[in-house]
Amino acid sequence: MITRFRQIEMRLMGPLTMIPIVLCLVVLGTIAALPVVATILSELVADFVPAGLQRLTIVVLGTAGFVGILALNPIYSIWLERKVAAHVQDRLGPMRVGWHGLLQSFADGMKLLFKEDLVPRDADRLLFGAAPMLAVASAFAAFAIVPWGVREDGTVLAVANLNIGVLYFIAITSLGALSVLMAGWGSNNKYALYGGMRAAAQMVSYEIPTAILVLVVVAQVGSLSIPDIVNAQAGGILGVGDWLVFQLFPLNLIAFVLFFICGLAETNRTPFDIPEAESELVAGFHTEYSGMRFAFFFLAEYGNMLLVSMLAALLFLGGWIGPFGSNPLLFFIKGFGLVVVQMWLRWTLPRLRVDQLMGICWKYVIPISFFLLVVTTVIKGLL
Amino acid sequence: MESMASAAIFYGVAALVLGSALYVVVGKNLVHSAFALVAAFFGVAVFYVYLGADFLAGAQVLIYVGGILTLLLFGVMLTNRIYNLNLRSGAIQVVPGALSAGLVFALLVWIIQSVDWGAMDVGDPGPTSESIGRLLMGDYLLPFEIASVLLLIALMGAAMLVRRRGGSS
Repeated sequence: MITRFRQIEMRLMGPLTMIPIVLCLVVLGTIAALPVVATILSELVADFVPAGLQRLTIVVLGTAGFVGILALNPIYSIWLERKVAAHVQDRLGPMRVGWHGLLQSFADGMKLLFKEDLVPRDADRLLFGAAPMLAVASAFAAFAIVPWGVREDGTVLAVANLNIGVLYFIAITSLGALSVLMAGWGSNNKYALYGGMRAAAQMVSYEIPTAILVLVVVAQVGSLSIPDIVNAQAGGILGVGDWLVFQLFPLNLIAFVLFFICGLAETNRTPFDIPEAESELVAGFHTEYSGMRFAFFFLAEYGNMLLVSMLAALLFLGGWIGPFGSNPLLFFIKGFGLVVVQMWLRWTLPRLRVDQLMGICWKYVIPISFFLLVVTTVIKGLL
Repeated sequence: MESMASAAIFYGVAALVLGSALYVVVGKNLVHSAFALVAAFFGVAVFYVYLGADFLAGAQVLIYVGGILTLLLFGVMLTNRIYNLNLRSGAIQVVPGALSAGLVFALLVWIIQSVDWGAMDVGDPGPTSESIGRLLMGDYLLPFEIASVLLLIALMGAAMLVRRRGGSS
């Protein structure tokens, strides 16, 4: 009987498995060919769209592109996370739905779509409903300034090429803390409120060293614009040597590691996941959420993970610059590689206590980042 | 077409700012009022973008939304018995209130009337962060430093106030 089921399952899942693989290849191919795609698209827009609407059309197209990537991101990331977790713990992880469980996340996504949308009786309905939206909005809005690469004529491939790019990043990510507070308060549940308060305290505290470490980079490059920061890292041995991590060794390496730690803390990932510590707080700020609203929080979390990883890649690892010339795919691989490191850390390290978490931030990370800022600025001034 | 879209966004944001600011004043729910203040601050940041003050817009979101409001929400949420709190926002002293509000309104109208707004339209503005930095570190160094000293005093005062009396820690 079981083998019969298995046979039907295999027959169904075989062709369906191709969907995520093809989707993945299409996305990666588009990213790799982004300079060409962007040129073709902008020519098409110039030919077929009335003059008054061209800029708007390009912005809308770019936004649609990265929103598509961000909507697909959790599907692959959750599969990857479960696989990483499983292999760290000497298990196999999802294996049944599709080839090595590739369709598992699609199935889970469908399940979440059809789940009943529960709202607790005494919840603050307005805030309860607004919180997931704000979470997703803040996670997605920050991607507007992420540049993917440059075209041959030097045009930056970004939805918005702001000259205050890093400031915008720091400002928008602070909205995430508000969404968590909103969810914690709106649920009218003590665990949710504890989780929300913890999360907000943690995010607000770790924003300070994040901003200072970004300043370390800004002070060395002399620009708040992310493309300028990346372009300053071009050249060097194999196209790798002038990445900021390798400059002023080991000062920038320390800055990079600290920035990554702060990123982990700001996205509430283990070892900094006390806001949702399941052994203490059930599930923290999203205890009461189910169905699509819960999925929204996941969308935001994986979006934020990718965002901080991409920012680390842009600021310290040379963005799209690498040993094989410059390509958006290289940037994407660096960003996603750091996401994998985040997952790896999550399943390796135990959770911190609240006081330890705050202690690390205020007693170690902030003083060290101030030290780095002063020293790099002085060295930069002397050179 | 694009100017129409930008005008529509402008008036939409203006309505949002005014509406949420009004809610902050008359709202009965303290937490809702605090979150309405987020919308008001954010809308003001949008106005800065319209004025071409990109750095100011970023700083507005970073400091007001990310810093001050989060702390304000902490304060509100950690207050005792916040759930049953009956906020009074009725009208007392109507005449002096209306008088002072009217005066401020008249002053604002007078200022708005006396400025030649046409001269402000300078097209696509360039980056502002560099000139702001130069001004803060050059011409306005003294006010800048005084503001930092003031903040430092506030910080130390807060630390003094929360310290346990006679405690050794």
